[in-house]
Amino acid sequence: MVQTADTIALFDSTIIARAARDAFAKLNPARLIRNPVIFVTEIVAVLVTVLAIRNAMTGQPWTFAASIAVWLWLTVLFATFAEAVAEGRGRARAESLRRARSDAVAKLMANPADRTRITATPASALRRGSVVLVEAGDLMPSDGEIIEGVASVNESAVTGESAPVIREAGGDRSAVTGGTQVVSDWLVVRITADPGSTFLDRMIGLVEGASRRKTPNEIALDILLAGLTIIFLIAVVTLVGLAKYSGTDLGVPVLAALLVTLIPTTIGGLLSAIGIAGMDRLVRFNVVATSGRAVEAAGDVDTLLLDKTGTITFGNRMCAGLTGVPGVDERAIAEAAAMASLGDDTPEGRSILAWVRDRHGLVPATPAGAEAIPFSATTRVSGLDANGRVWRKGAVDSLLKLAGGEPPAVFSAAVDRIARAGGTPLAVALDGRLMGVIELKDIVKPGIRDRFAQLRAMGIRTVMITGDNKVTAAAIATEAGVDDFLAQATPQDKLDYIRKVQAEGRLVAMCGDGTNDAPALAQADVGVAMQTGTQAAREAGNMVDLDSDPTKLIEVVEIGKQLLITRGSLTTFSIANDVSKYFAILPAIFVATYPELGTLNVMRLASPQSAILSAVIFNALIIVALVPLALRGVRFRPLGAAALLRRNLLVYGLGGLVAPFAGIKLIDMILSLLGFA
Amino acid sequence: MTLIGWAQVALALILVFLAAVPLGRYVAAVMQGGRSALSPVLGPVERGIYALCGVNPAHGMGWRGYVAALLVLNALHFLLLYAILRGQYYLPFNPQGFSGMSPRLAFNTAISFVTNTNWQAYAGESTLSHGAQMLGLTVHNFLSAATGIAAACAVSRAFAASRLRTLGNLWADVTRAMLYILMPLALVVASLLLAMGVPQTLAGSVDATTLEGAKQTIALGPVAFQEAIKLVGTNGGGFFNANSAHPFENPTALSNLLENWSLLILPFSMAVAFGRIVGDRRQGFALMWVMGSLLAVFAGLTYAAEAAGNPLLHALGVDAVAGNMEGKEVRFGVAASSLFAASATATSTGAVNAMHDSFTPLGGFVTLFLMQLGEVVPGGVGSGLYGILVFALLAVFVAGLMVGRTPEYLGKKVQAREIKLAMLAVLILPLCILGGTAMSLMTESGTGSLSNAGPHGLSQMLYAWTSATANNGSAFAGISADTDLLDWGLGVAMLLGRFAFLVPVLAIAGSLAAKPKLPPSAGTFPTHGPLFIGLLVGVILILGGLQFLPALSLGPLAEHFAMLAGKTF
Repeated sequence: MVQTADTIALFDSTIIARAARDAFAKLNPARLIRNPVIFVTEIVAVLVTVLAIRNAMTGQPWTFAASIAVWLWLTVLFATFAEAVAEGRGRARAESLRRARSDAVAKLMANPADRTRITATPASALRRGSVVLVEAGDLMPSDGEIIEGVASVNESAVTGESAPVIREAGGDRSAVTGGTQVVSDWLVVRITADPGSTFLDRMIGLVEGASRRKTPNEIALDILLAGLTIIFLIAVVTLVGLAKYSGTDLGVPVLAALLVTLIPTTIGGLLSAIGIAGMDRLVRFNVVATSGRAVEAAGDVDTLLLDKTGTITFGNRMCAGLTGVPGVDERAIAEAAAMASLGDDTPEGRSILAWVRDRHGLVPATPAGAEAIPFSATTRVSGLDANGRVWRKGAVDSLLKLAGGEPPAVFSAAVDRIARAGGTPLAVALDGRLMGVIELKDIVKPGIRDRFAQLRAMGIRTVMITGDNKVTAAAIATEAGVDDFLAQATPQDKLDYIRKVQAEGRLVAMCGDGTNDAPALAQADVGVAMQTGTQAAREAGNMVDLDSDPTKLIEVVEIGKQLLITRGSLTTFSIANDVSKYFAILPAIFVATYPELGTLNVMRLASPQSAILSAVIFNALIIVALVPLALRGVRFRPLGAAALLRRNLLVYGLGGLVAPFAGIKLIDMILSLLGFA
Repeated sequence: MTLIGWAQVALALILVFLAAVPLGRYVAAVMQGGRSALSPVLGPVERGIYALCGVNPAHGMGWRGYVAALLVLNALHFLLLYAILRGQYYLPFNPQGFSGMSPRLAFNTAISFVTNTNWQAYAGESTLSHGAQMLGLTVHNFLSAATGIAAACAVSRAFAASRLRTLGNLWADVTRAMLYILMPLALVVASLLLAMGVPQTLAGSVDATTLEGAKQTIALGPVAFQEAIKLVGTNGGGFFNANSAHPFENPTALSNLLENWSLLILPFSMAVAFGRIVGDRRQGFALMWVMGSLLAVFAGLTYAAEAAGNPLLHALGVDAVAGNMEGKEVRFGVAASSLFAASATATSTGAVNAMHDSFTPLGGFVTLFLMQLGEVVPGGVGSGLYGILVFALLAVFVAGLMVGRTPEYLGKKVQAREIKLAMLAVLILPLCILGGTAMSLMTESGTGSLSNAGPHGLSQMLYAWTSATANNGSAFAGISADTDLLDWGLGVAMLLGRFAFLVPVLAIAGSLAAKPKLPPSAGTFPTHGPLFIGLLVGVILILGGLQFLPALSLGPLAEHFAMLAGKTF
């Protein structure tokens, strides 16, 4: 379901239609005051409108004031529209979530031990601590913790994954989410959320933007924008006095045009859309953040704690090499290893067959009448008996005992090397004769090394967490290219490590699922809990990954960075825009007093009125033009800060200086063609 | 423009840059309480002062304590100076028997010297006694500069600190700045000036008979020492009304080179010292590059404008080769005068060796614009450093988000509180400059002070408010500054320009010091390369300067284009 949300087009027609209506509703000054730049624009628009109407009624020239007023209103509307579109996209996502919210009748239990005495209660009446029975076919009435039972649960309403998952009391799979459906068996669940504050409710609130609070960086940026607005307000208001001394009476429309084009309306208009779109991107990625603050913190993270299994490695031991004893060539050991594995259906066995097939082109068929000897904990050996021949593979010491005699030096050396590198050696024997050794090891995911190198270039350290011993951990750490590792890690070790790194002034992100991860998740600056994890872990983290894919931590960081980059780029662009507007408006407003100032009209704009109008129109249109960028976000590139800065400064700084010169000139030419000049 | 002229400009700047590096290192060392070559001599004096005053130099002050001490110190000095100026008639060393200043002029002058502005609404040689000059003005030339150095060091320490509640000890900072930096430097410069012919005497004046037989009274006084600290401390208040254009203040081209060097050296050294104090020299050099490149460009612009001269006068037959020599001393010429004007307005030194009022419109534009940038390229002693740091914080904040992290400068996160305070600080400039100018131009009493009509009149008034707010102190000569409106108004502007900027900056320092210092990584916004230098230059020009463009276009720019079109007012 959440996957389907991916398909929301950038400009979905129903969203646009609703956003267009909402844009007007957002003109309410009481709501707009949250956005100081656009609020000032609105006040100025009202002033100019009143003036234009008064002029029209008293028979004075009014068309210029009216056209300025129209474009000022459009500026405000474009800004509210941008926010409305972002909210609309979030709302579309929320709608699909809301459908999953159950209005089911819950089976409230008076006594958790007695499953026969239940009262039918509306789900909305459940409180934290209520205990309910959920049976096959029932919808989970709210978020909760399983206190008894095992059941398969279809969580597709939340995760989009249709295969049911097992949920059981105790352990790390005891959390259930409201809106999911029990497919088989029954569960006794203690409700952990009051109505309206369930996981689903929070998710809806966040993507809709309703409960969105401004993030720390957003607040700081707002202050900067408000400060700039005040500065330009001073510059424009005092200009009245200076102009009067110089013999010009500046009209309100002209001053309004100057003010609105100078204050940072572009970023002011797009700021909240950028924030909402950032949350939306995260949700689209099937990660739910409990606050915008967490998303921003993800961009700041400079240390990633990653679990080895599942994130860095596949988590299964796989064949990674074969070594024969003297007298046994490569092909012979490969054949022996393959035959010994024919009856072995474990991932290890399959990986040996795959290796032999890929490297030696051998695809041995099971001989007729062959008997597979399964692995047992007592013999620690498995194999195949066929046509009187006996293939065996297994733990080195067990097999040596079977084969008897001293192993050749080459063999012992290979076994040592494999063990030191953190792998598992498996000995192979044919008819009681030692053939060689298979190297099994935990395979590092392809591409992960490059990924870590990229992260390093971005200034992010990766730390591998593993329960393996130091030797194994060090070997895998080297192979994967992580910066540090924590071997034989206990939950307390993780917590201590995070505290230590934080004391150095770094920000840490980690993911985890178990209850024992909860303290570390809470301590980390960004804690991503797995959806399959325990309720304790989900409460402790500030994000939940619905796909339970620990690799996603990396993407979460990128999304956080992208949010900040988009904000910074558009701010830079907006401020750089000002330069050109001076060149458009200043000569135009003073040309009556000092015609010589026309030299500053470097764009050769047709007339003073068209110059001022062009600047105002450009200022309004640029907001709409940048809405797609604000919603999509500036493309993130995994580069170091210096390279990233150089790039973005060139595009948005220099681009911001140059673009409006071209834009204003173009609009002026169009205005001239239409006869407005 | 001549090759010799450009060489003069280049030589003066290179001498400054070369000396700023070792001097900056020395400043950082002594301000951090370290040992230096002068310690054997001055160490006992320093310890004696602490013992006498009961100061423990190791006792750190939080930002509030630091600000409180700084304000109390400056308030007491304001009262003292006010008393001296009002009562100079009754005080010693008054051979000419000058009477006390009027209350409003004494208020204006006392504020002016306490805030390192040195705006002079009076003519020194005909208003002030030697005693008032030495005990009142010279002392405060030292104190205001020492206050600047102290505050700049406190701010620098905030960037070096990690989770620290204190910024240093104001009493120790002021003592060290006086003792180890300002006194020795002023002494050296004063001795050199003496050797070049600048007088230092307690005699009143000399009566001379000119070749035509006329009687002339030539004012004398303890000039050399006040001259030295006037420049070294970026003060600018001249002993004589003509300031550094007066032959007794600045007798030769060589003394002019020395004076130009003196007024630039400490502001640049402070940037180097900053790099030292924060433990990354490149950071200091980056700031120095920003300051130096902007200064060089604007000095070059002034020179180009002045050398081009006034086409209207050339049309009347004035020799175009000499450039615009009106208001300039022949012994300095166009190049040295242009550089001095740019240097004095780029630092908060109000000194002049030529009359800015007589510059070409573009030359005048540069002097105005340099002050309006907020006196940060390189700015006053200390105040230039903490001023440019405010812009650095804003630059890092605006562009820093573009690298995808909460912006940080030198490992300190720049967040809402810092931005709020920084915006509060930078608001003061447009508020006082534009507000004051508009108010004055709308009133009779304001326009009555002007000696010119048209855009030049506007420039004069704009210059007065700019100079006061930016704590520069130079003037577009010709404006009558000793009026009710300007004495009181500019006094308040000077006060706000100094302290309403300084207090938020120290509050930023307090907030930054308390933050953890984050270790740099590949993801950290680099703040030392050419990229950051370019960015900071852009931010200073756009955020600092652009807001004044409408006002400037009605003043010097209008005048310039009118001049090219052959129009006069």
